[in-house]
Amino acid sequence: MFNPSDSLHLNYTVISDIIEDGSKILDLGCGNGTLLKMLADKKHCSAIGIDINQNNVIECIQKGLSVIQGDIDEGLKEFADKDFDYVILNQTLQSTEKPDFVIEEMLRAGKKSVVSFPNFGYWRVRFYLFFNGRMPKSRMLPFSWYDTPNIHLLTVEDFFDFCKERDIKITKSVYIKRGKISKNPFNRILTNLLCEEALFVIEK
Amino acid sequence: MQKEANSVGLTATKTFTIPDKIHLESGIEFGPVQVAYETYGTLNENADNAILLLHALTGDAHAAGYHDEKDKKPGWWDDMVGPGKAFDTDKYFVISSNMLGGCSGTTGPCSINPDTGKPYGLSFPVITIEDAVKVQKRLVEFLGVKRLIVAGGSMGGMQALEWSISNADMVSAVIIIASTSRLSAQGIAFNAVGRNAILSDPNFNDGNYYDKEKQPEKGLAIARMVGHITYLCEESMHKKFGRRFQYSDRPNFDFNIDFQVESYLEHQGRTFVDRFDANSYLYITKAVDYFDLAQKHGSLKSAFEKTKARFLVISFTSDWLFPTSQSKEIVQALIKAGRDVSFCEIESPCGHDAFLLEFETQTKIVKSFLEKGEENV
Repeated sequence: MFNPSDSLHLNYTVISDIIEDGSKILDLGCGNGTLLKMLADKKHCSAIGIDINQNNVIECIQKGLSVIQGDIDEGLKEFADKDFDYVILNQTLQSTEKPDFVIEEMLRAGKKSVVSFPNFGYWRVRFYLFFNGRMPKSRMLPFSWYDTPNIHLLTVEDFFDFCKERDIKITKSVYIKRGKISKNPFNRILTNLLCEEALFVIEK
Repeated sequence: MQKEANSVGLTATKTFTIPDKIHLESGIEFGPVQVAYETYGTLNENADNAILLLHALTGDAHAAGYHDEKDKKPGWWDDMVGPGKAFDTDKYFVISSNMLGGCSGTTGPCSINPDTGKPYGLSFPVITIEDAVKVQKRLVEFLGVKRLIVAGGSMGGMQALEWSISNADMVSAVIIIASTSRLSAQGIAFNAVGRNAILSDPNFNDGNYYDKEKQPEKGLAIARMVGHITYLCEESMHKKFGRRFQYSDRPNFDFNIDFQVESYLEHQGRTFVDRFDANSYLYITKAVDYFDLAQKHGSLKSAFEKTKARFLVISFTSDWLFPTSQSKEIVQALIKAGRDVSFCEIESPCGHDAFLLEFETQTKIVKSFLEKGEENV
């Protein structure tokens, strides 16, 4: 989804740092393939992308990537269990129709999964709703209520609860606030208040 | 002929005769087989820069360029074949041949049976997509090709799939456009109507009509009309014709042509009989109907486990004859078989015909897909 470019690059760097050289990766909602291309070139990953948008798919093919046009809400049934070292869902979770199903499918097809999303518990978002009485808009959430692709917004706490309910192990957490990274710097309540974007490595 | 910088220019269909007999899928040893073909570009020293184009139901070897200065229309895939085009003849040695059973220079039911001195007619053996590929294999070997890319739309896509399986060691990349690994019951049904129209034409005469004054033109024309309905879609028909009348603004109150769409179909049928043979239509539609990779190999996945190529699969949103769901079946089976595949569904209002019309988007995709292969060499 939409992302200011500085945050986007940071986010890509974070993912690129996490993923081991030569990994086999699947990027869900891969957009125009910028991240995939970076991982293929810098990390020598064998990479496949899935995106629903024709123009994105064409751009990926033009970058020399292997890409499948498709809807990740339909699942990943063609991929075998633990087929990938990493399945990536970068800034896309909140715009899926069935986020729980998508995450379960990622965990099935990947040995590890990377999930990132804008944190709706971020204090500015909370203040926006509290003081303006309107659906929050921000750098990370620039859309109006009627045209937003973000139909399943969540907070960091929501994600923790979700993982606990489903026995999903979080093996790494990265919190991003205004273009800066912090790795577990706060307690949980403060984290949910202070981070603008969260990224987790999960497995099951 | 329009002089274009990126045209292959004047071309000619050549022929090659396979010296021995071909072992057909039905068990019959058949020969001699003559193959009509055209080539564009030059085969490189390693003999590995070839692209074999595979035509659809009623296509021929003339894929690009013009046969004569006076030709109004170029070959059937001219938009995609030429210097700098999707299938770049500056880089690749592009081959196109008429399918076995066809009527444009390759041996088919209208060819003379050397044993009788008369056209084969219905004594021509029933052929399959696999048989057509066997003939093409002999052609590319004759041309000295060692490794190649195969590409085709519709029935051509079926042949490209067959190539990737039965000649896996030769094929480096496969481009499948608006095609399927097996035709739906609906598709077979439309072909059956077409065949019935031909078979019940009073001039059909059990396929022995070549020396007769009257040909089964009516039946073949109706077959073509049915075919054309399946190549379009509701939206494209509505846009092209709507409910408009052909000659006036009100009904004629008779059974002559009233509507534009009727006139269009009639025209398509009438012009088709000048260039196509009714027996060929029977044989080739049957080959299309029989094609079923999952049935032949146990499953689509096990079929694709035999392949060693990269794949590009393209479908079109409004194509209901070879729908996206069937392309996705191919893609999913390729993934299950662990093959490298890219898939794009192109937004188009043109129905199945889109694969011959939407060349700009296809060019972008096909060019990039081929360039990836060039990097790896």
